[in-house]
Amino acid sequence: MNAPQGMCEVCMEQFPALLRSSDRQPVRHLVVDDSVFARRNLARIIESYGGIIAGEAADGCKAISEYDRTTADVVLMDITMPQMEGIEAAERIVRQHPDARIIMVSSVGYQENIVAALQKGARHFVQKPVKAEVLYEVVKYVMGDAAVSVPLTQAGA
Amino acid sequence: MWMELIQPFLSAADAVLSDALAGPVSVSEITMEEEAYRRRALAVMIEISGDIEGRVIFDVEEPVAAHFAAGLTGESEPPADPELLREATAELANLVIGNAVTALNDQGFRFKVHPPVHHSAEEGFRGSEDAEALVMDFSSATGSVHMNVVMRYNRRRRADATL
Repeated sequence: MNAPQGMCEVCMEQFPALLRSSDRQPVRHLVVDDSVFARRNLARIIESYGGIIAGEAADGCKAISEYDRTTADVVLMDITMPQMEGIEAAERIVRQHPDARIIMVSSVGYQENIVAALQKGARHFVQKPVKAEVLYEVVKYVMGDAAVSVPLTQAGA
Repeated sequence: MWMELIQPFLSAADAVLSDALAGPVSVSEITMEEEAYRRRALAVMIEISGDIEGRVIFDVEEPVAAHFAAGLTGESEPPADPELLREATAELANLVIGNAVTALNDQGFRFKVHPPVHHSAEEGFRGSEDAEALVMDFSSATGSVHMNVVMRYNRRRRADATL
């Protein structure tokens, strides 16, 4: 099978689609990272399991307003960012929305950072460089009963 | 610079660059320099503060940045826009330095990593009397990556910690 034009044919594994249990719609993600390439990479992985991008932000302040606007199912949040860092943004989002599912995604993966993020309300941590299979499993875990996985071929119907 | 500070940067650069560039990467040269850093290609600087203070300059040849960018986005054609290539360089630097400081943290050092800043001047950021620059050159199939690291122990913070 040929890859879509402009896409790399060999570099992205496909996973069973993650759909919301409530309405069988794709899981909606808010992607927060000051690097446009990190956001694109995450978007590509998200699309590999049928997820969609509800919004993007390049700093913590914008992440808060974007979450208010989108109430995405999952937030993928970088830690080191200008304006407001990810852990503070996560804390503020969870304060306003206790059910928010926030996954910290950072290259700085030391224990203090992870513990601080979890204490502020983040649900999980993924270290960069992000492996598609790791992110998929973590999103699936964080969504819990709120998501079901189905073969990709059945997800787009 | 002490070996305990150098090794995490070497290991992180080797692991991350091999993964990010999808091919073998080798260390072509490691030197200590007192002379001011002179920019070679696309460069970003990341500052570190805390128990260890300093900065890392990550200087990447354009084909390397383009190859990395294409891999991240999954597109067959690498971006030609210089701004996008600078962004790719910043993200590559983030990955290497984030992984290096994670390893240093495991050794007990506490610090904060600041967001990358693009460096466009031809030179600057000389090492100092007590902290000359560690220069590491890596070779890959698409080009070379140059890291210029200046780190020193924050004596005041270390002294405070022992009180």
